[in-house]
Parts: sequence; structure tokens; C-alpha cells
Amino acid sequence: LSHGGGGKAMRDLIDDVFVAGFDNALLASLDDQARISLAELAACGDRLAFTTDSYVVDPLFFPGSDIGALAVNGTVNDLAVGGARPLFLSCSVILEEGLEVATLRRVVRSMQAAAAAAGVAVVTGDTKVVPRGSADKLFINTAGIGVIRAGLELDPSAVRVGDVILVNGLLGDHGAAVLNARGDLALESDIASDCQALNGLIDTLIEACPAVRCLRDATRGGVATVLNEFALACELCLHIDEHALPIREEVKGLCEILGLDPLYLANEGKLVAVVPADGAEAALAAMRSHPAGREAVRIGTVCATPPATVVMATLFGGERIVDMLVGEQLPRIC
Amino acid sequence: MPGEAVRVRGLVQGVGFRPTVWRLATECALDGEVWNDAEGVVIHIWGDRVARRRFLSRLRSEVLPLARIDVLDTAPLGGTPPRAGFHIVASRSGAVRTGVVPDAATCSACYADIADSGNRRYRYPFTNCTHCGPRLSIVRGIPYDRARTSMAEFAMCSRCRAEYADPGDRRFHAQPNACPQCGPRLWLERAGGAVLAADDTIAAARRLLTQGQIVAVKGLGGFHLAVAADNAAAVARLRQRKGRYHKPFALMARNIGVIRRYCAVSAAEQALLESPAAPIVLLEASGPESVSAAVAPGQRTLGFMLPYTPLHHLLLQGLNQPIVLTSGNRSDAPQCTDNDAARTRLAGLADYLLLHDRAIVNRVDDSLARVVNGTPQLLRRARGYAPVPLVLPEGFGRAAPLLAMGGELKNTFCLVRDGTAILSQHMGDLEDATTQADYRRNLTRYQALFTHRPERIVVDCHPEYLSTKLGRAHAEREGLPVVAVQHHHAHIAACLADNERPLESAPVLGVALDGLGYGDDGTLWGGEVLLADYRGYARLARLTQVPLLGGAQAVREPWRCAYAHIRAALGWRRFARQYGCLELCAWLRDRPLATLEAMLAKDLNCPLTSSCGRLFDAVAAVLGICRERAGYEGQAAIELEACVTQAALETAGEGYPFDLIADDGLHVLDCTPLWSALLDDLMRGITPALVAARFHLGLARALVGLVIRLGERPDVHPSGPVALSGGVFQNRLLFETVATGLRERGVSVFSHRRVPANDGGLSLGQAAVGAAADTRLVKPR
Ligand SMILES: [Fe+3]
Ligand SMILES: [Mg+2]
Ligand SMILES: [Zn+2]
Ligand SMILES: [Zn+2]
Repeated sequence: LSHGGGGKAMRDLIDDVFVAGFDNALLASLDDQARISLAELAACGDRLAFTTDSYVVDPLFFPGSDIGALAVNGTVNDLAVGGARPLFLSCSVILEEGLEVATLRRVVRSMQAAAAAAGVAVVTGDTKVVPRGSADKLFINTAGIGVIRAGLELDPSAVRVGDVILVNGLLGDHGAAVLNARGDLALESDIASDCQALNGLIDTLIEACPAVRCLRDATRGGVATVLNEFALACELCLHIDEHALPIREEVKGLCEILGLDPLYLANEGKLVAVVPADGAEAALAAMRSHPAGREAVRIGTVCATPPATVVMATLFGGERIVDMLVGEQLPRIC
Repeated sequence: MPGEAVRVRGLVQGVGFRPTVWRLATECALDGEVWNDAEGVVIHIWGDRVARRRFLSRLRSEVLPLARIDVLDTAPLGGTPPRAGFHIVASRSGAVRTGVVPDAATCSACYADIADSGNRRYRYPFTNCTHCGPRLSIVRGIPYDRARTSMAEFAMCSRCRAEYADPGDRRFHAQPNACPQCGPRLWLERAGGAVLAADDTIAAARRLLTQGQIVAVKGLGGFHLAVAADNAAAVARLRQRKGRYHKPFALMARNIGVIRRYCAVSAAEQALLESPAAPIVLLEASGPESVSAAVAPGQRTLGFMLPYTPLHHLLLQGLNQPIVLTSGNRSDAPQCTDNDAARTRLAGLADYLLLHDRAIVNRVDDSLARVVNGTPQLLRRARGYAPVPLVLPEGFGRAAPLLAMGGELKNTFCLVRDGTAILSQHMGDLEDATTQADYRRNLTRYQALFTHRPERIVVDCHPEYLSTKLGRAHAEREGLPVVAVQHHHAHIAACLADNERPLESAPVLGVALDGLGYGDDGTLWGGEVLLADYRGYARLARLTQVPLLGGAQAVREPWRCAYAHIRAALGWRRFARQYGCLELCAWLRDRPLATLEAMLAKDLNCPLTSSCGRLFDAVAAVLGICRERAGYEGQAAIELEACVTQAALETAGEGYPFDLIADDGLHVLDCTPLWSALLDDLMRGITPALVAARFHLGLARALVGLVIRLGERPDVHPSGPVALSGGVFQNRLLFETVATGLRERGVSVFSHRRVPANDGGLSLGQAAVGAAADTRLVKPR
């Protein structure tokens, strides 16, 4: 790839790779903007949700997923955990000169497959090529628009003592898969990224348990970070049980060797839900009925003290503070 | 009529000081008054000069067991006594800062009371007086009086009340005063079951112990688990149930005579054991008899204490063997303090519970101490010591009040006010939820007890320490400035303060050896020589840096440090070629070395460290000590020291060599020659005892050499003092060899006494550095 400026070569690239890849009428018009009917949006709910996220990952392709699917699912999930139905995405790419067109094509195919699975359309976009060394292969930014169901208010400050904490499946797979793929860690492992869209699962969950307090996808910083954000917002104690944490033996093994805590590993298709106790069974059953939540479990409950803290009952019978990291996991033992 | 006004400062409140003044003044036939005020005690006396001299000299010499006179100033006083005779009068200033004194072991007079069948307190387990008994462990607020302690629930009977009101009685104003009629009661329960009826509850508990049962005992500052120390099966069962397989257990024996059957006890050690603080004292296990090996596996020392409450005296009565008395909880978690928590949390651990109905308000662990060269050194400062204020050295008097948050493990915090430093009792690992809850509660309680409002908050530089995060959050809420102090600078400052080095003194060399601390270059330090005073430091030297393969995991698995060091010194290929027939080489080959190499190549969780503690781990692991996993913090280093024998020391020679090299303006104590020599010894089949001895001696020699070399700098005084601090200096062999080596070369040494060399003393150093940064203490030029 060596296209600069905005000439014919770029136009050909966009037509060939993006328009063909995403294949929808809004994009195909190649206007400077996608035009969306307000009436159509208003039919879905009463508030607009709007988000953006940039995706940089090394390597671009890793077991279970790639940067393309990540860029679609990440933004879809950011909308969905706010209670929105994701509808439209933008896709803006920054390409490093020299990137194989075949690689780009593969990424776009993956984006389109993810968008189709999530029921969203990529309706506008942009492409820039920068000189070698100015970017690392390929960066993607996606913005997304969704519509929030009328009356639904997901807010961690609404969490109450006695509420139940749920996750939709195995934790840390994405982080472990990327570490393994990036590091060439000389480990036999078939850990794959859990990258998936959560909007379908969330639809099912909200239908079964409309009183759900809050949802958040546990991406960078892992489940530990989401739990801490919730604890700070509601000023209560989120108390989890190490026995209950769904973590693959292989992920535990990898963390053991690397000295990392799986609670802080990134996920790309996992959410933490806090639901009132009387809705917990229904919520759990609904999650388990959906393909993205087959391994959903209850991992803890909400208590009053210590305030604004996450505490974990450990396998050894102790209780450990799971705190929000300022930086990386750095040993504190003297 | 000639009079005199006497101002007394020190530990003079809540310790029976005013009644003593009353007794002495009355005996000397003086008129006048005594009262408490914000700064201590004020005495006005009128009488002839000889009587006044006699009074003052007796006041100085007959200091009470729990009192400490720091300042005694006199000034002439005119006028006449307000009334005839001598009187204790109410406090005259509004804000009396009484503070709180530590818990103290049963005094001899109270012991005599419980042993005398004619006394109304015969065998009463909660007997106490002004000179002994619970203090910090029962106090809820100030001023320190019965209503603000957990004795509030017990109304004194008329006889107790009479003692309490009589200045001539040793129970005058003894807040926890009690007797069998009116005080707390004791009972025995089967775990998860009913109360056991017994004529003599304590005798029944003692019988259970002798039968090998595990009894949870509610003591002074928390619950203990007790078991007969000579019953190997019972001790093993306790280890199994606690899930604590390696860490030594503390012992309690009826008297010194019993202890001497197991340990050599010097006069200084005996004095420490019998002091009102009654700490656990580490003693050399060289007596004619031995306890079960499971009490202290891999150790040459035993930690003994004497009974420090009437309950313990009665429980051990007639027992000629010691009992294990370990913290009442699973593994390393803090001990339970209330009956309901004990019933649930100790249900699977204890067979029986010996309970009472006096609440433990503040958890206070047993203190741990030892005697080195005749001087006591504290290793854990809690019961009997906290919260005694430590007088800060000259120059700190005008520092504004501050709060130093302490470290992460072995946490204590420190309040500074009026030139004194008030250290909290040892609390422990802040990642433990119960410990952190204690920490938060104690922060509030100490500030209330000492009417303290900090004007600045001092934290460690480590961004992830929970104490740092809590301190920063607190400062932000209160709008207070934060001072961040580098970990090893705090260690050295703690040592300077412990040795009363005045604020305006020249910088000294400080050797700070410990596990890991956050360095100002973002790497983890732990084998440092600093040139430091309270205001600042320069890093002059460090140990070899190696990667910590897997961060904290490398602390839990000492073999990772062995691999990192060997790799740094020789490279794996040269090691495998030259030392391939060592068992170690085959053992390491079975580890995921390729993965570690990939982590290094990608800089994935491999922070660099110059830690001395990790060097000890590496050497221990090479010898097969604690190689795969450490059962408790510091185990590898502790067992490495314990494996050195006297015979090995005598034949060890000079010890392994180190190189001193220069790197970017720093002196680096390079471990490369150490590793070649050590591995050569292993190839020759040299015993672990000898290898361990050579390592200790070599490291000590290298450190002494380094200090002498740095002493040649124009900004360093060649004859010291040199401050030795950090947890590694709890290694007695290393400490003594370095200290002796320096003194032989004419260099004086500062070591720790009143606060631990480990992170338990860190908050004192933080406090001193934080106070020295106060612009009010301008350095005169
Ligand atoms: Fe330290
Ligand atoms: Mg986002
Ligand atoms: Zn007494
Ligand atoms: Zn009484």
C-alpha cells in the first residue's frame, strides 16, 4: 500500500475494499455523510446513544478474533451496555504505508461479518495512509449510534445492598489470547479471544429482568476495574467470591506463569451486570439461554461495608481487597 | 511561704501519676495541688526547701512502671497554698490531651492478689490496677475514663468503687478495675456447640490443652489458638487447620524456668520477657529440651512470651511445658476480636473456645522483639508499646501536625505532633480486607484519642500501595498537601530518628536492604546505599539489577530469582555448560524457561530490581531452600540464615567475592563473582551450611568495603555514623557481621531499637521526612 493524497488510487481502494466489503446503500452513495431518518430512530426509544473508540492491537490477528471484529464489537458493546440498541457505525482507518491490501481486505471482511452478526451497518468512513513508521500497520476508529429504550435507566449509583453481581461467561480469555499471540510465549495453548457482540444478550437480559441496575463490558482493566467503578459510583462494597469466578484453567495457568491477575485481564465479549436479588434468577436463566451467555454465573453480592471497595473472599478463606490500579500490576511486597 | 511550680511532660497521664505525686507530697508533708493539663501534669508545692528537694528527687527516682518523665521543669512560686494539705484537683484547661497508654502485663501486686486464696480477687482472670492491665485494647474515645472503654458495661461494686476513689489505693482511677462480683466473666464453649459447665473454667481449658485439644482463647488484644507445644500431633493438626504450614508459632510458658529448659536466656532477654510490655522474644533454641519440630520448622530460634494477663497466668498454672499461642484465624489473616466472629471463623480451627464478655475494642497483636548485643530490638511493635509516643530528635519540635500513612505490608501509621511521633500498633497487610478495615478505623480512632488534625499527609512513592491511595484520597478530601517519600529514604530516616539524630545534622550513609520498594527511577529498589538526611538523599550505590520475572510471582517463587541472577551473572548457556551436572540445572530445565525468556524479550511483567531480599531468595533457592514456593513472606531468607551453623562460620573463610563497578555515576555491587564461586562450591559438594555461611560473610564484607569506599567521598564523614535499615537487617548474622565489620574499621553504626528495621518502622521515617519538609523548620545557614 502506498497511496497518498486523495486521488484516483485512493478512490479505487475505498471502492474496492470498503464499499464492496460493507455493502450497504448508505455507504455506497459515498456522500460526505450518512443520512439517517429521525422517525426511524425515534421508533426505537427516547434517547440517542453516541460513542467512539479507537482500536490498536498487536498483533492484528490473534486466536479467536482480529482488530476488525474488535473494532465493531467494542463499539457495539459500548452502546449496548448503556441500554441502547446499536444501529449505525462509522469506520475510520489509518494505514501504514506498506500494509498489504490483502491484510486490509481480511480486516474489513471480519468487520462486516461482526457487523452483520450484531445487526448494525457501517454507514460512513474515512481512510488515511501515513508514511512508514508513523503508525503501526493499521489503526481503526469506530463511532456508533444507538437508541436507548424508553424509560430504561442503567446507572451504577442505583446499586443497592443485597443486589447480585453476574458475569456472562469465562473471564480473561481475550487478554490471555492476545498476550500469548503477541509474546510468542512458547506456550501450548488454544486460548481464543472471546470477542463478541453483547447487544443480543443484553436484549434478552433486559427483557427478563427490566429492573437491572447497571451493565458494563469488562474490557481493558478487566472485571476488577468494572467492579471498582461500580463500587465508587454506589459507594458500597462489591463482594465477590473467588470460588465462583469462571476462569479457564489454561488462563489461570498462563497468569500463574506471567504473574498476572486474571481479574485485570481484558475481555472483549464479557459484561458485568448488577441486578436486584429478586430478579437474579430470571436474569441468570435468560443470560444462559443466549449463546453469548451460556456460562453466565453469579460471582458475588453487594454489601454495605467497606464503602466504595471491592472485596474478594479468597480460596484460602481470607478476604482480599481488589483495588483499582493506578498503572500496571507492580509488586507491593517489601 | 516558699513554693514551687513543677511542670512534668512525658507519659504521665492515665498511669497513676497524680496519686503517686499525692502520696509523695503527703509523705514529705508538703501543701499544694496536682492536676493534668494539655501538656502533662502540673504540681504546685509549698513547704520547706529540704522537703521540696526530697519530694522532687523521689518523684524522679520512683517513676511508675508505665510512666515516663521526659521533662521536669521547676519555677519558684509565690503566694500561699489555697488550702491545707495536698490535693488532686480537676483538670484546669479545657482541652486535655490525655492520650492513651499501652496495655501492660499483670504487675506483681496483682499477681499476688490472684494467687492469694484469702484475697477477694483470688483466681480472678480480669484483675488489674493502675500499674497493669488493658488500656489501648479497650479504649473507645477520650478522655480515657471507664465510660469510654469496654468496661463501661460493668458497673463497679461498692468495694471496687471505694478502691477507685481512694488516692492511697493502687487502684485509684484504674479505669478497668473489676472483681469477681462486678467484672467480666469467663466461660468455655465447645466449638459450634454448647457452654461447658465447669467448677473451674480455666482448669477445664487447661485440661483440654493437655489432652491435645485446640482451644481458642480470647485474650487481651485478640483471639489466640492454643495447643500443647510438646504434642506433635496436635501442633500438626493446628497447622493443617490453619493452612499455615511453615511460619513459626509463638510459645507461652508459665515462667522463665520453663523457658530455660528450651532456650538460653540472657539477663537482657529475661528483662525483656518480664517487662510490662511482655513481648514475644526470639531466643536461641539451645536448651536441654525441645518442643515439637512443627512449632518452628527450619528455625534455630523459638519465640517465647510470658503470661501477660491473669487469664494467661491461670491457664498455664502448673504446666511445665509451653503452649503454642498463635493468632486466632486462618493462615495469616488478622486475629478475631469478637465472640461471634470467633464462633464462625474459628469453628473449623478450634475444638473449644475460652470466651469472656469484655469486648476487645482495638485489635492489638503480640509484639515481637529480640536482643542483639545486649540491646532490645523490636521486630513487630504492637501490644505493650503502641501507642507510646516517641520523642522526635532535636529540631522537630515545631513541626506542624502530620499523618504518615506507612507501607503496604507490616503496616503502621504515624502521627506527629508537638515534637513527638505516635506510631500505631502493627496492623499488617493492607490488601487483607480485615486489616484494611482496622487501618481505617485506627486512623480515625488515633486522631480522636490524640486530638490530632494533620496539616499534611505523607505517603510512599509507590503508586499502587493501598496506603498511598488512601492517603492521597484523604488529602484530596481534606484539601491537605501530600508529601511522597521514597521507600528507602524513609527506612534510613526511620533509623536516624530511632537513633535520635538531630534534624540539623550532616547527611549520613544509609544502607537500606529490603524486599522491594519503589525507586525514584521507576525500578524497584532494595539493595541501596544512600547519602541521606531527613531532607533528602542521593543514591550512591546499589546491588546488581535483575528482572523480577513475573513481578510479585517472583517473590512467591524464589526459583525465579535464582534463574534471573544466574542468567544475569553467567547466562543460561554458560551455566548449563559449566554446571550442567548440578541437580539445580535439571530442576530449572523443567521450568517454563522459554516463556520467561519471551517475557523478558517483550518486557512483559519483568520489572528490574536491585533487591537484596531477592538475592537472598535466589541463593536459598539454589541451595534447595524454599525453592519452588515461599510459604510466608521472607521464608527463604529466614531459612537460609537458619541453615548456617557455628561450625560452618568458623571454617567459611572470607566469604564469596563481589565486584564493585561503576555504572552511570553509581557504584554497583556486582554479584557475578559470587555466583561463579558459589556454584563452584556446589560442584565440589560443599554443604549448604557452608555455602550459606560464605554468602552471608561475603555480602557483609562487600557491604563494609563499599561503605569504607564511599567514606572517601569529601561529602561523607569517614567514621560515620552509617545507618543500617530495611527488613533484610532482621537477619541477625548479616546485621552483626556488617555492624562489627564497620566498628572494627572505626565506623559507628546506627541500627534500629524502638521501631522495626522492616516496613513496620517505615511510617516513622516518612513522618520525619515529612516534618523536615515543613518550611517552619528553616535550616539555619
Ligand atoms: Fe521496605
Ligand atoms: Mg469506549
Ligand atoms: Zn496490677
Ligand atoms: Zn467489684
